[in-house]
Amino acid sequence: MPEQMSARLEELNRLAEAARDKPAAFGPDLDLESFRLPATYQPVSELTGLAEPIRRAAAEAGIEPSEEHRAGSFLQRDHSVIYEKVQSRYQGAVEVMSTQEALGRFDLQPYWWQAVAVDQDKYTARAQLAQTHGYFIRVAQGQQVERPIQACLLLSENNVSQNVHNVIIVEEGARADVLTGCTISQGVNEGLHIGVSEFYVKRGGVLTFTMVHNWAEGFHVRPRTVAVLEEGAVFVSNYILVRPARSIQAYPTTICRGAGSSSRYNNIILGLKDSYLDLGSRIILEGPGTRGESIARTIARDRSTIIARGSLIGRHDDTIGHLDCRGLLLSGQATVRAIPELHAEGAPESNLSHEAAIGPIAEEEVEYLMARGLSRDEAISMITHGFLKLDMPELPPVVQSYVNSVLEATPAEAL
Amino acid sequence: MLRIEQLSVRVGERVVLKDISLHIPEGESHALLGPNGSGKTTLLHTIMGFPRYQVLAGRILFRGEDVTRLPVDERARRGMALAFQRPPVVRGIKVRQLAEVCARTGEDGGDVDLLASELEVEGLLGREVNAGFSGGETKRTELLQLLAQHPRFAMLDEPESGVDLDSINLLGRAIARLLGKEDRPPAHRVSGLIITHTGRILQYFHADRGHVLMQGALVCSGNPLDLFEHIEKHGYAGCMECAVCLSK
Repeated sequence: MPEQMSARLEELNRLAEAARDKPAAFGPDLDLESFRLPATYQPVSELTGLAEPIRRAAAEAGIEPSEEHRAGSFLQRDHSVIYEKVQSRYQGAVEVMSTQEALGRFDLQPYWWQAVAVDQDKYTARAQLAQTHGYFIRVAQGQQVERPIQACLLLSENNVSQNVHNVIIVEEGARADVLTGCTISQGVNEGLHIGVSEFYVKRGGVLTFTMVHNWAEGFHVRPRTVAVLEEGAVFVSNYILVRPARSIQAYPTTICRGAGSSSRYNNIILGLKDSYLDLGSRIILEGPGTRGESIARTIARDRSTIIARGSLIGRHDDTIGHLDCRGLLLSGQATVRAIPELHAEGAPESNLSHEAAIGPIAEEEVEYLMARGLSRDEAISMITHGFLKLDMPELPPVVQSYVNSVLEATPAEAL
Repeated sequence: MLRIEQLSVRVGERVVLKDISLHIPEGESHALLGPNGSGKTTLLHTIMGFPRYQVLAGRILFRGEDVTRLPVDERARRGMALAFQRPPVVRGIKVRQLAEVCARTGEDGGDVDLLASELEVEGLLGREVNAGFSGGETKRTELLQLLAQHPRFAMLDEPESGVDLDSINLLGRAIARLLGKEDRPPAHRVSGLIITHTGRILQYFHADRGHVLMQGALVCSGNPLDLFEHIEKHGYAGCMECAVCLSK
């Protein structure tokens, strides 16, 4: 590791130590000492060689064990990286490895904790002080990687804290579609997943990042994500949650720094059982001609609480941003709160707008579908599935069909 | 096919339909006329079974079965269908999906792509149902659904309202086909009840009878073209004063 980086890491550790007990701005505060260190696992040579429960859990989070339609794969089980591979035709175009390995091999100083603040809260601090890998993905300049790269962060033991730090770098003019599944294997009900993710999309680059979260009723999740875009870069984030969790608090942010860069968030959130979900997206429009769009569809059932945040910050006159947040409340014991924020900061010509709506399913729509022969339950299921299914024209068909398959696999009774 | 006996219906606190009796034999299409607010849409929605329309008295028999208390979807599955005057926008559901639902509901559902091509709505199949549609597009996709369902009894609520002349021609031919009233022999005999304000749509298919609904009561029945001619000359007020009504 370069000497300069060692000094930087010391500085980061000092900052993290100071933030060790700093609560997050949002979400329930957690006692991090209650989570333990798990056993370590040996790598596997093929994803198809995974033990059946692990393979099934990974597949449910969208991981394709055959890798037939993937450019590369990364699989981390608890604290152990057990698989990393780049398909032969993408060697030289794509790098996939653990971030701990990448720290040893490359100068990551321009990227490591440069987008996310290490002392943001106790969760970022823990990711620095007790980091347990995470993935490093880099796409070389000008490479158009037409197949998605898949990454899976899996927990297979109870009461573990997985503290990953991920870095994705899309070099100038390159394109990558990354599919990530964060999931648990059968029998795991409690634990903590901390995920720091720093994405850098360089001039003219495109990154679509699709994440499926499959957790359990006793799980806490604290992602901390920031994407930084250079001139003309595009970042699209799709987030899908259709399983219960104890609590998730995340407020991913895109900084549209370069001129003409743009970002879009599509959040599809189903609140089940006692889930407490404080989820949002923030787009900072810094450069001239930057664009941002944030779309959220939330359905709250059972006793769940969903706080859907959205923030657009215009810092340049020639910027346009729009927030669209709609929620369906399907239970008298559930709560949905939509908190759209528009900030024009020293940019009087910044054009920011939002629409937010929360309501029941329109009876008129249910009856309309019933007049076509659907039962009441079928009509409600069709409307809720349709409500969650967003048109995402910027996604390649393979990613779109992946998102649709996750939604279609959501049981009708969950909706 | 459809027999309504002494039907009275309340919507909210207001009795909208009073003592309606109507018989539509198999294979016949009837036109329903009447001024705004006379209860025409209420009658169609009551026949379809929407819960907002509370039957106070009387009954609805469909193909010999009392369906007065059956839910909407059961009626659809027995072969009833309704093309709405102003259908709701349904976000997240595509026209194709809904048309395919209709095709599955019908005993002899139609080919959605073929029908869409005939109705010139191929470009709408991938769109959300009724979202941003023009008047003509809405009417055509309603008819697409009914044609896909291939019902035994079709109700159409003002199919020509808000539609340009070209679309009326297209819609008229589609309705004629829906009701099995084109020149070629129908696959099976379909009955219909069509609300029309202008009567223009009647150029495209033969309506066997017409009925005039005024203030929630059926006041007159007869040849639909004669009824229209009379209403055009004398208005609905004059209609009430004609010999037939006065004799009641």
